[in-house]
Amino acid sequence: MNTESQQVWQPIPEKPPPSLSIGPVGWARKNLFSTPLDIALTVLGLYMIYVVASAILDWAVFNAVWRGTADDCREGSRACWPFIQAKWGQLIYGRYPLEERWRVDATMIIGVLAMIPMLIPAVPFKKVNAIFLFVVYPVIAFFLLLGGRFSLPLVETPLWGGLLVTLVTSIVGIVGSLPLGILLALGRRSDMPVVRMLSIGFIEFWRGIPLITVLFMASVMLPLFLPEGVTLDKLLRCLVGIALFSAAYLAEVVRGGLQAIPRGQYEAANALGLGYWRTMLLIILPQALRLVIPGIVNSFIALLKDTTLVLIVGLFDLLGIIQLSFTDPNWSTPNTANTGYFTAAVMFWCLCFSISRYSQFMERRLQTGHKR
Amino acid sequence: MNTIPQTNGGNYAIEITNMNKWFGSFHVLRDINLQVQQGERIVICGPSGSGKSTLIRCINRLEEHQEGSIIVDGIELSNDLKKIDEIRREVGMCFQHFNLFPHLTILENCTLAPIWVRRMSKTEANEIAMSYLERVKIPDQALKYPGQLSGGQQQRVAIARALCMNPAVMLFDEPTSALDPEMIKEVLDVMVDLAEGGMTMICVTHEMGFARRVANRVIFMDEGQIVEQNEPEAFFTSPRNDRTKLFLSQILGH
Ligand SMILES: Nc1ncnc2c1ncn2[C@@H]1O[C@H](COP(=O)(O)OP(=O)(O)OP(=O)(O)O)[C@@H](O)[C@H]1O
Ligand SMILES: [Mg+2]
Repeated sequence: MNTESQQVWQPIPEKPPPSLSIGPVGWARKNLFSTPLDIALTVLGLYMIYVVASAILDWAVFNAVWRGTADDCREGSRACWPFIQAKWGQLIYGRYPLEERWRVDATMIIGVLAMIPMLIPAVPFKKVNAIFLFVVYPVIAFFLLLGGRFSLPLVETPLWGGLLVTLVTSIVGIVGSLPLGILLALGRRSDMPVVRMLSIGFIEFWRGIPLITVLFMASVMLPLFLPEGVTLDKLLRCLVGIALFSAAYLAEVVRGGLQAIPRGQYEAANALGLGYWRTMLLIILPQALRLVIPGIVNSFIALLKDTTLVLIVGLFDLLGIIQLSFTDPNWSTPNTANTGYFTAAVMFWCLCFSISRYSQFMERRLQTGHKR
Repeated sequence: MNTIPQTNGGNYAIEITNMNKWFGSFHVLRDINLQVQQGERIVICGPSGSGKSTLIRCINRLEEHQEGSIIVDGIELSNDLKKIDEIRREVGMCFQHFNLFPHLTILENCTLAPIWVRRMSKTEANEIAMSYLERVKIPDQALKYPGQLSGGQQQRVAIARALCMNPAVMLFDEPTSALDPEMIKEVLDVMVDLAEGGMTMICVTHEMGFARRVANRVIFMDEGQIVEQNEPEAFFTSPRNDRTKLFLSQILGH
């Protein structure tokens, strides 16, 4: 054969992709100033941002009262930071006795120290860490906060308040409602009619009543049904109410994820001899929960903010304690309330935003390539 | 020439007698009788909707039959959950769409069942998984996720995953029909290798070259019944039933 006419197939050599970075100027020209309408909208948008931001900054920073007493806050409309400084202890601890506040600090510090390695995927010993966080830590926190044992004086829950109550209610609510919500979601899809009916009944009952009603029932009505002599702590009753309420919502979110898992996954697991619980725990739930992280986080953030409702049954969470502090006659200035609400808003926003950012990070991390 | 291995005293790997199954009122499998000996390789073919998938899915109880009996490795399938688990441990299955677990790596896909069902240690499971991944020629993909593999590679992983449970019988439901022609061969090569190793296999497939090469018996199904079965040579060259002839002319015709 003639070798000259024979063609040898040659793949085209690899090339790097075309550079997309055209610098900030190019980017702005393309995205912000490409047409007259674009230009107008960009200018209008920037102007609005300027107006709003400068007003807030003037109020909260440049014109604000940073040092002094209530008398310095009576003039004009500006943030009164001395008020927050004076009440800071209350905002964090409520009426928790001064000499015992170190216990709250210790609980929070232990919690944060245990949480950080848990939240960073690269840190090893996740199992030990999880056992500490979900089994040992609640016990430590319980005895540290409540006391009455180990020569720690008892601090009754009516004295708790502020950020402490907000964190306790929302964390217990979150940790308690997720497993219950998952069980309810599985129950609702169960083959067993009784389990299914019970799950549906539970979910529909709790979804059908407002949280305020739940809290009222927990704090006012429930004691009427308890046998005489039995008293349940009011905070505990509200915690249970919030967890059950939120579990019903989570159950539906999780069910959405379960429905998205193809039947082939169940079949493959069954064919390998995995039973119901192993199939669920090892195959179905890890995939389903991953799919509904945005929905779950949405529920968690809603729950965190809904804990402010415990105010109406006489518990003082962060927002409640701020409102309570307005009644202090020493601080009755025109700027007190604004500053207080602004502080509450900023603190809640920081909490919610960090949850949201963390969940986005986890979502990206758990991506294991597209399905086929 | 393929020969059916000698019977060992009627001790079949799979024995199906007078089995009937309905989906609601639809009679999908009718009076199925099928004996499979240890080491036998069976290919099932037939038109779409004839009940091939349903038949093999009854063998590991992914579908429940209503009448007759199915005995796998001496264990009769009943509603007894323990027996179902026992049978599923003995029977491996590969699906048309692979059904790998997308959230686990290839290695984890293979070690999951040995660890959780067979209670193997992690190191032992890893060793076995790597040896089977080597056998299907993709040990280098062990730490990737299924979504990062080609279809043919995924199906080979699915075969390795089933083999890691050391099954007595392997079921294949159209393992190559979702694959591009170039990938079909790599999967069939693995299956041929498996057959030559003496595995008892039941394959639903329309790969007639494969059937001729490894099958002891080819079964033709239509309308939920076994219409005809024979050794591959005879089956393809001189089918006895008109329905079989028509079907063969359709799939071999072009
Ligand atoms: N879960 C089900 N419920 C009701 N009918 C079903 C179900 N699964 C299958 N069928 C019906 O049973 C019949 C046999 O289905 P089966 O999947 O066994 O066919 P098949 O021979 O494997 O076909 P194909 O070659 O298309 O895979 C079909 O008519 C199908 O519509
Ligand atoms: Mg089929």
